[in-house]
Amino acid sequence: MTLRRLVHCALALTVAFAGLAALYLNLGAEFAGLAQLLVYVGAIAILIVFAILLTRGGEGGEEPSFSPASLAGVVVALAVFAVLAWAVETSGVAHAVPAPAAPEASMREIGLALMQRYVLPLEVIALMLTAAMIGAVILALREKQTNVAPEPSAPESPELRA
Amino acid sequence: MNPLAGCLLVSALLFSVGLAGALTRRSAILVLAGIELMLNAANLNFIAFWRYGTHVHGAADPMTGLILVIFSIAVAAAEAAVGLALILAIYRFARTSDVSEMTELQG
Repeated sequence: MTLRRLVHCALALTVAFAGLAALYLNLGAEFAGLAQLLVYVGAIAILIVFAILLTRGGEGGEEPSFSPASLAGVVVALAVFAVLAWAVETSGVAHAVPAPAAPEASMREIGLALMQRYVLPLEVIALMLTAAMIGAVILALREKQTNVAPEPSAPESPELRA
Repeated sequence: MNPLAGCLLVSALLFSVGLAGALTRRSAILVLAGIELMLNAANLNFIAFWRYGTHVHGAADPMTGLILVIFSIAVAAAEAAVGLALILAIYRFARTSDVSEMTELQG
């Protein structure tokens, strides 16, 4: 998050996601770890890299700015971390005896739970993913159509003419 | 310090880094990346409590945390796709991805 170039930030983000997936696998959540690997490292990292490419953010990079606003942001984040760490330490969680073995969650049981108990959330999430995909495509395509269509007669946008 | 507290501290660190990124960086893509990091911190909390928490037998489904993480990953994927499409649309409109220069709606 402190790197100057956007592409380096995207790479560091991918490494962080991969490490998190390894942590999930270490904690015994195979399905969540593999889903994290597929979705974050595979899809979202590529999406971010393509967004950087399309917005030409990789050129030059922004100069490091030490404005009061960014300093306030860092201070707020540090305060949040301090409060969270204090809460973890003072709650009973830090001294509780952890469960010795991971709860049972094989692929078969996850599939059965998804298909039996959690069918309605699954359908809702499928609908939401479809709607999000259609919305993303429409958002990404709309400007191109309005740019192409009125070009012969109407003048273009002021930025392009200037 | 037991593993659960360690996981919670890692998650708090991830959340703080994401929050700092979302608050300080001026590129809209990095703001979105910070939000993704914060979502991941919440997912790590779910997994940690699912793994180390005490499950009351018969009270609830022992896989609730895991299922919730899977749904959360799906929601985060949809959010990232729509967010990046919005950033692209704003970039085509305003020719910038700098959030401090998007002052169209400023009062």
